[in-house]
Amino acid sequence: MSKPVIATASLAGCFGCHMSFLDIDERILDLIDLVEFNKSPIDDIKTFTKPVDVGIIEGGCCNSENVEVLREFRKHCKVLISLGECAIMGGLPAMRNGIPVRECLEEAYFHSPTIDPADPRLMPGDEDLPIILDKVYPLHEIVKIDAYLPGCPPSADLIWKALTSLLEGKPLEIPYSLLKFD
Amino acid sequence: MPSKGLVTAALGRHRHDRARLIDILRDIQAQAGCVSPEAVAEIAAGLGVSTVAVEGVATFYHFFSARPAGTYAVYLNDNIVSVMKGRAAVAAAFEKAVGCKFGETTPDGRIGLHRTSCIGMNDQEPAALINGVVFTSLTPAKARVIVEGMKAGMDPKAMVASFGDGANASKIVRAMVKNNIRKEGPVVLAPFRSGSAIKKAVKLTPEEVIAEVKKSNLLGRGGAGFPTGLKWEFCRREKGEAHYVVCNADEGEPGTFKDRVILTERPHLLFEGMAVAGYAVGAKEGVLYLRAEYAYLLPYLQKVLADLRKKGLLGKKIAGKTGFSFDITIKLGAGAYVCGEESALLQSAQGERGEPRDRPPFPVSSGYRFLPTTVNNVETLCAAARILEKGGAWFKDMGTARSAGTKVLSVSGDCKKPGVYEVPFGLTVRRLLEMAGGTDARAVQVGGPSGCCISRGQFDRAIAFEDLATGGSVIVIGPQRKLFEVIHNFMEFFVEESCGWCVPCRAGNPLLLRKLEKIMSGKGTPSDIADLESWGKTIKAMSRCGLGQTSPNPILTTIQNFRELYESKVDRNRDFKPEFDLAESVKAASEITGQKLAAHDPENPHA
Repeated sequence: MSKPVIATASLAGCFGCHMSFLDIDERILDLIDLVEFNKSPIDDIKTFTKPVDVGIIEGGCCNSENVEVLREFRKHCKVLISLGECAIMGGLPAMRNGIPVRECLEEAYFHSPTIDPADPRLMPGDEDLPIILDKVYPLHEIVKIDAYLPGCPPSADLIWKALTSLLEGKPLEIPYSLLKFD
Repeated sequence: MPSKGLVTAALGRHRHDRARLIDILRDIQAQAGCVSPEAVAEIAAGLGVSTVAVEGVATFYHFFSARPAGTYAVYLNDNIVSVMKGRAAVAAAFEKAVGCKFGETTPDGRIGLHRTSCIGMNDQEPAALINGVVFTSLTPAKARVIVEGMKAGMDPKAMVASFGDGANASKIVRAMVKNNIRKEGPVVLAPFRSGSAIKKAVKLTPEEVIAEVKKSNLLGRGGAGFPTGLKWEFCRREKGEAHYVVCNADEGEPGTFKDRVILTERPHLLFEGMAVAGYAVGAKEGVLYLRAEYAYLLPYLQKVLADLRKKGLLGKKIAGKTGFSFDITIKLGAGAYVCGEESALLQSAQGERGEPRDRPPFPVSSGYRFLPTTVNNVETLCAAARILEKGGAWFKDMGTARSAGTKVLSVSGDCKKPGVYEVPFGLTVRRLLEMAGGTDARAVQVGGPSGCCISRGQFDRAIAFEDLATGGSVIVIGPQRKLFEVIHNFMEFFVEESCGWCVPCRAGNPLLLRKLEKIMSGKGTPSDIADLESWGKTIKAMSRCGLGQTSPNPILTTIQNFRELYESKVDRNRDFKPEFDLAESVKAASEITGQKLAAHDPENPHA
């Protein structure tokens, strides 16, 4: 029997959830015995090459490319997991949601302290660049999400517990200690 | 704005008492038209507290505004019955005649237009408060006349053309408010001769008074139904340097207005009930917490208190009883629904933000000024007075086995005879609709937004603690109404009124509202209905006060009783349907950067 396939991506996140994923430490050796990775920064596969059992996404959607990747994941993955605060709620990037897009862009490209006053002020508009969305969206507002793993970041133990439960086909029972953050 | 002089005067008037901060802020708001940051700083300095402490209170209540609310501050009620009775046209007439939108003040600062939650006039909507003066049964034409008056600099009181009935017409009230008493019952609205309750009470021991109230089986009329006699007993038993009686006259539940009528027509019964409670629990002081919307009754209520003092029914040696003294002060709120919750009310009465307290300790042991306090509803105290007058057995004979006595109901909405009905407990909704002329209703909201929305098939249910418990609000929803509009109005109300302390209530209610809007817009799926049910349950379970514990009810009770309505709105063939629209969400940035979506749209890759 072929191994279950996993894919991961970081959208508008900080890669902290992926770092936490790597914090499963030596258990990663068990994991690669148990599963196969497809599209993921962990093995650097860039595009889906086969159907995936579990997709794990960190970060919300702040631009058109995020949306595109998210929809690709939904198309290819049987189960899709929102991993961490930004994926679930928008997180820190969503702090811009109360500020008009124009103000955000002008702050970044016209008024930020690192702008050289001698340079002409340019708003990047190359068509190869993703387009910024009007606000940062949590994943479940764009595609159907099957499970949510909270935390900033979710602890390695929580990610491990969730993955192993899924692989063993058991209902996910998360002990309170893994969900208590203060 | 010469705030310095005003602040100094207000501080002096209220003896630099931190506990009277709301009174101080009320004065500044009334005189300066706002509580500016400068005024906040001056008040803080004058009271010797931090600026944030004052700002926290000033920003909590919606009748305080940081920016000028207008020399004439118009607060038009936006609750659903106002909407049913033509609010939109009245609002449009105001906006057109004034020349600014709701939420704005004219550039010259003369007139400000604002929304407000239910102001307790549901039987005569649309209604508005202008500088505290009540204007009822508004029409576009009346709105235009009012605006002309404001532009001409008239006193809002002088714009009241005709007066309501009963004490509303008295020299000291002069309000256009109508009582609309449709049915007087024997307990609360029957005539009452001052002294007939307290004179009987002081002949008994306090313990005997409590026993009589217990015998009557009187349950608290605010809606929760705690046995009044037991509450008094608990309070009396507590040790403390003082005991207090607090009357909750902050009826803010949309659709209720019966306390307003009681305060207008039977204030002496209420005050006597407070004195009886004072005698029973061993209190020397009582506080009537009056919602800001009813501030127009304040001078009148003060006069009733003065009369009672003259008659020896308040003050020292009441009803000739040596050693029994009791007096009542009135505290005004400043616009906050959550202050109807008893511990939030106590905080507010102490000059704080109206945020609920942790319980236990309950108010009977740590209430007003953190001393033993019995907090009772207006109607409860009236009933208690009547029980002392006529006896617990007399009272217990009325109503049902579990719900003794009568209930005063505020009936409004799509019925011919909106108004106040005092009926025995156990009355069916159907019978009430017959009395009020609303038998063609498609639904009835019993207990206000926090209560229950019932369908035609349930009209034989009874108004009683064991079936449909209610604080008194009954809103009749006619066959022509869109129920989603009603539910939406109620959810907007809760989003607005959440004090923000508990996350489930602060964040959960906006989520419920958005989800509801998603379904209303036709973008819902069955999973959205399931989400509403599950999130609603969480909010109810995880909020610490009655607001969050009931705020999902408009949605939950309609899903229960009108499920077909929700199901007809959702796409049953799909599991998930996002509201998100990529093209729409990149619009703003595209206009700035000149980028086009086509190159990025995965749904349309070659466009």
